[in-house]
Amino acid sequence: MSLFGLYNDWIVIVLMMTGFYMVIAHGNLVKKVVGLNVFQVSVFVFYISMGKVRGGTAPILEEGIELYSNPLPHVLILTAIVVGVATTALALALVVRIRDAFGTIEDDEIHALEDEA
Amino acid sequence: MSAETTILLALAAPWLGAVLIALTGYWPNLREAVTLMTAATTFVLVASLYPEVAAGARPSVSLWEMLPGLSISFEVEPLGMLFAGIASFLWIITSIYSIGYMRGHHEQNQTRFYAFFAIAIASALGVAFAGNMLTLFVAYEILSICTYPLVAHHETDEAKQGGRIYLGILLTTSIVFQLFAIIWTWMITGTLDFTDGGILAGHASPMVVAILMALYVYGIGKAAVMPFHRWLPAAMVAPTPVSALLHAVAVVKAGVFSVVKVTVYIFGIDFLTELGSSEWLQYAAAATIILASLVALTKDNLKARLAYSTVSQLSYIVLGAMLANAVGIVGSGMHIAMHAFGKITLFFCAGAILVASHKTEISQMRGLGRAMPITFAAFLIGSLSMIGLPPFGGLWGKWYLSLGALDAGKLGLVAVLMLSSVLNVAYLLPISFRGFFSNPDTKGDGNHGHGGGIQEAPLPCLIAISITSIGCVVLFFFPEPIYDLLRLIVAN
Amino acid sequence: MIESQLPALQVVVPLISAPICMLLRRVPMATWMLAVAVSWLCLGIALALLTQVLATGPISYPLGDWAAPWGIEYRVDRISAFVLVIVSAIGAVVAPFSRASVLREISLRRVYLFFAMYHLCLAGLLGIAITGDAFNLFVFLEISSLSSYALISLGRDRRALTAAYRYLIMGTIGATFYVIGVGFMYMMTGTLNIADLANRIPQVADTRTVQAALAFLTVGIGLKLALFPLHTWLPNAYTYAPSVVSAFLAATATKVAIYALIRIYFTVFGAAEISEVFLIRQALMVLAVAAMFAASLVAIYQNDVKRLLAYSSVAQIGYIVLGISFATSTGLTAGIIHLFNHALMKCALFLALGCVFLRLRSVNIGSLAGLGKTMPWTTAAFVAAGLSLIGIPPTVGFVSKWYLIQAALEKDSYLIAALVLLSSMLALIYIWRVVEAAYLRPVPKGQETVREAPLSMVVPTWIMSAACIYFGIDATRTLEVARSAASFLLSGAQP
Repeated sequence: MSLFGLYNDWIVIVLMMTGFYMVIAHGNLVKKVVGLNVFQVSVFVFYISMGKVRGGTAPILEEGIELYSNPLPHVLILTAIVVGVATTALALALVVRIRDAFGTIEDDEIHALEDEA
Repeated sequence: MSAETTILLALAAPWLGAVLIALTGYWPNLREAVTLMTAATTFVLVASLYPEVAAGARPSVSLWEMLPGLSISFEVEPLGMLFAGIASFLWIITSIYSIGYMRGHHEQNQTRFYAFFAIAIASALGVAFAGNMLTLFVAYEILSICTYPLVAHHETDEAKQGGRIYLGILLTTSIVFQLFAIIWTWMITGTLDFTDGGILAGHASPMVVAILMALYVYGIGKAAVMPFHRWLPAAMVAPTPVSALLHAVAVVKAGVFSVVKVTVYIFGIDFLTELGSSEWLQYAAAATIILASLVALTKDNLKARLAYSTVSQLSYIVLGAMLANAVGIVGSGMHIAMHAFGKITLFFCAGAILVASHKTEISQMRGLGRAMPITFAAFLIGSLSMIGLPPFGGLWGKWYLSLGALDAGKLGLVAVLMLSSVLNVAYLLPISFRGFFSNPDTKGDGNHGHGGGIQEAPLPCLIAISITSIGCVVLFFFPEPIYDLLRLIVAN
Repeated sequence: MIESQLPALQVVVPLISAPICMLLRRVPMATWMLAVAVSWLCLGIALALLTQVLATGPISYPLGDWAAPWGIEYRVDRISAFVLVIVSAIGAVVAPFSRASVLREISLRRVYLFFAMYHLCLAGLLGIAITGDAFNLFVFLEISSLSSYALISLGRDRRALTAAYRYLIMGTIGATFYVIGVGFMYMMTGTLNIADLANRIPQVADTRTVQAALAFLTVGIGLKLALFPLHTWLPNAYTYAPSVVSAFLAATATKVAIYALIRIYFTVFGAAEISEVFLIRQALMVLAVAAMFAASLVAIYQNDVKRLLAYSSVAQIGYIVLGISFATSTGLTAGIIHLFNHALMKCALFLALGCVFLRLRSVNIGSLAGLGKTMPWTTAAFVAAGLSLIGIPPTVGFVSKWYLIQAALEKDSYLIAALVLLSSMLALIYIWRVVEAAYLRPVPKGQETVREAPLSMVVPTWIMSAACIYFGIDATRTLEVARSAASFLLSGAQP
C-alpha cells in the first residue's frame, strides 16, 4: 500500500496534532475547547474510516447487495459524539463562569489572578 | 483462673485503666486512685504468672489472625516474665512518684499524662508477652506512638523539637530497618514465632544472617545503639516521671528486651555462635558504651547526663546479647533488671531536685545534699549500683556480662566493661559528693543557697525514691528469682 | 428473579435517581435523602453481588438480552465486585455526611444539582467497574468524569472553576486516548467485549497496532488515575472542590481508573504478556517510585492541608501502581489491597477536613492551632487515618506496606523495598506537621470558640477511621478477597 493509500490516516494524524497543539499552545480558554473538539473529531474520523469496507455500501439490508460497511464503529461514534457535545457544553459553561469570576478567559491572566488570591 | 486468662487480663487492665482515667479526669484524686489501683492490679496479675513460668511452663494464648498465617498471639517466656514484672512493679512506684511530682510541679494536662502512661505500660507488656515477631512489632510501634504525647507534654517549642527527634528516629529505624528485617525473615522461614533455638538456622547464609542481625539491632531503635541514640537525650524534655519509667525502664528496656529476644528466639544463640555473624556488632555496642559515657562526662544538665548514661548502659545489654552465649544472655537479663532499679532511682532523684529546688544543672547543686539528704543519699545508692559495687544489685549484671565476655574469649570486651565502670564513677559520683560536701554556691541567686527555703521533695516522691533504692540493695542479696528465671531460657 | 437483575440495578438505580433529583429542585433536602437511600441500596447490591461471586464464580449479565459479544455485557467477577463494594461503601458513608457539609459550602439553590451530579458520578464509577465492554467503559468513564468536573466546580473558591476546567481538558484528552486505544484493538480483533478481546489479542499481539493500542490505553488511563507525571490536574481539583467531593473522589475516582488499568493489563493483555515487550512494567515501576518520592516531598511543603492530602494521594497511587507493576500474585494483591486501604484512609482524612472546614472555614495548617482541644473527636479521627497513611501498625496502611515489601523481596528487588519504606517516612513528616499544629499549638487568642462538628459528620468520619484500624487489625478477610482477585486475574483471561 502506498503512502497515499493511507490518506485518511494522514488526515486523522494532521487533525489530531492540530487539535492537540491548540489545546496546549493557546491561552484562550475557548480556543482550547475548540482545539479539544478538533482533537476529538480526528478520532471520530479515525473510527468512521475504520468501518469502511472497500466496495461496500451503506449497511442497509437490500436485495442483491453482498458487501456492507461495518456499522458498529459508526454507532460507537454516535455515542462518542454525544459525549463530546456534553464535554464541550460543560467546558463552555465553565468558561462562562470563569469569565464571571475572573473577568478574563486568558490562561496567563487567570494564573496571575490565582496567585494573588 | 487459668494462665491464659491472666495474660489477657494483664494486657487489658492498663487499657481499661486508661479509659477510666480519661473518664475520671475531672476529679484528680479519683483519677490518681484509679491509676494506682490499675497499676497494682496489673502487677498482681503479672506476678501471679511467675510461679508457673518459673516452673518451666510457657502459657500462651493466640487471639486472631491479623495477616494470613500470622496471628496476634502472646506467650509468656522467662525473659518476658522478667521484663513485664519489672515494668509493672515500677509502674506502681512511678505512679506514687508522679502524684507528688505532677502536683508539686503544677503540670498541665495531667489526665492526658496518666492515660497515655497507662497505654504505654499496656504496650510495654504487649512487647514483653509477644508470642511472635509481628505481635512484638505491633506493640513496639504502639509504644512509640503513645509515648509521643508524654514526651511533648509541655507543648513548648523545645518539647515539639524533642518530640520530632524522638518519633522521627524511633519510627524511621523501626519501619525502615526492623520491618524490612521482619518481612525478610518471614519470607525466608515462613514463620515469625519465637522458637527455642531460633527459626533462621538452616534457612539463611552467613551473609544474610549478618545483614539481618544488623537490621534488627539498628532497627530496634529503642535499644539506642549509636548512631541511633539521639532520641533518648531528646526525650528528656518530658516530665521526669516519664524519663524515669519510660526512658529508663519501659521504652528502652522494650528495646534491649527485643534485641535479646530476637537473638535468642529468632536467630538462636548456637546458630549465631556457629556463624559468628554478630561479632562486629559486639564492637559496635562496645563503642557505644565508651562513647556515650564520654559524652555523659561533658553534660552539665543532670537529666542529659543520665540519658547518656542510659545509652551506655543499654549497650551493655546489647553486648551481652551479641556475645550469643548462655552466660552473656543471663548477664543481659540481669542487667535489664538491675539497671532498671538503679536508673529509675537516679531519675526520681533528678525529678525530686527539680521539684524542690528548680535546679537542672549539676553545677548548681553544690551543697544541695544538706537540704535534701534523703534524695541525695538515694542518688548515691543509685550511682553505686550503676557502677557495680557491692552491696548493690548492679554488680550482678556486670558480673555475668564480664563472665560472658570471658566465655567468648573476648578479653578486650572485658576491658571495655571495666573501663566503662571507671567512667561511671567519674560521671556519677561527683554529683552526690558535690551535693554533700561542697559549700553551697551563694554567688547566684542568693535565696536558693543552703537553707534558703529548699526543703525535701514532696512525700510521695520520697516514698518512691526510698522503695527503689532499697530495691537496689535487696536485689544484691536476693538475685536468685531472676537468675533462676534466666537460666530457663538458656537451659537447653 | 430480582437477584438476576442485580448487575443492571447496580448502575440503573443511581442513574435514574439523577433526573429525579432535578425534579425535586424545590425540596433540596429530599434530594439528600434520596442520595442516602440510593447509596445504601447500592452498597447492599454490591455486597450481594460480592457474596454471589465468591460463592458461585463470575456473573455475566447480557444487557437488554443481547448476548455477548454482540450486545453489551455486564460482568461481575471477584475484582470488579470488590471495587463495586469499595465505591458504594464510600458513597454510603459520604452521603449521610454530606448534608451539613453541603449546606455550608454550597448555596441552597444549587444543592439539588449537587446531588444530581453525585448520583451520576456514582453511576459512572459503578458502571466502569461492572461493565464487560471496552467501549461501554469509555462511556461510563466520561459519565463519571463529566459529573466530577461539575462537582468540583461547585466549590466556593473561584479557583474551583479553573481547577475543574483544567481537569476537564486533561480528562478529555485521557478519555480520547483511551478511545483511540480501543479503536486499534477493535481494528485487529473485531470485538469490544473484554473477555472476547482477551481471547483474540494473543494471536495479534506481535503487531504494532496492538502495541500502539496498549500505549494509548496506558497514557489515557494514566491521565485519569493521576499517574505521575500526569497528575497535574489532581492537586487543584481536590483542593478547591467542596469537602464532600474531595472525600468522595479521592477515595473512588482514581481507584476506579486503576481498576480499569488492571483490567486492561491483566485481563485483556494478560494472556499475551505484552507488558514485557514494551518494558511497560519497568516504566510503570520507575514512575511509581518517582511518584512516591516527588509527590510526598511536595506534600511536605504544602500549607493547605487539602492540597497536602491531594499530593499524598498522588504518592499513594504510586504505591498501588508499584504493586501492579510487579505483575506477580503478591504484587497484585498488594496493589488491590492498597486500593481498598487507601480509599478508606483518604476518605477518612478528607471527611475530617470537611468537619474542620465546617467550623473554621479554612484548612490551612496555621488555622488548625489548638484543634486537638476544640475539636477532639475530629482531630483524633484525622490522626488515626494519618497513622494509617504512614503505615504504623495496627492500621490498614501497615498491611499494604507489608505486602508491597513482600512482593518486592520476592522479586529480589531490595532497593525497591527500601525505597517504599523510606518514602513512607515522608508521610510521617507531612502528617506530623498537621498533628503538631493541632495538638501542640495553643488556640489563637481572640478566636471565637470552635465547637466539635455535628454528629452527622463526626460519626461517618469515625466510621472510616475505625475501618482504617479494624481492617488493619483483622486483615485476613480483605486480604483473602484481594488475593483471590489477584490470582483470578493472573490465571489468564479465560473466564
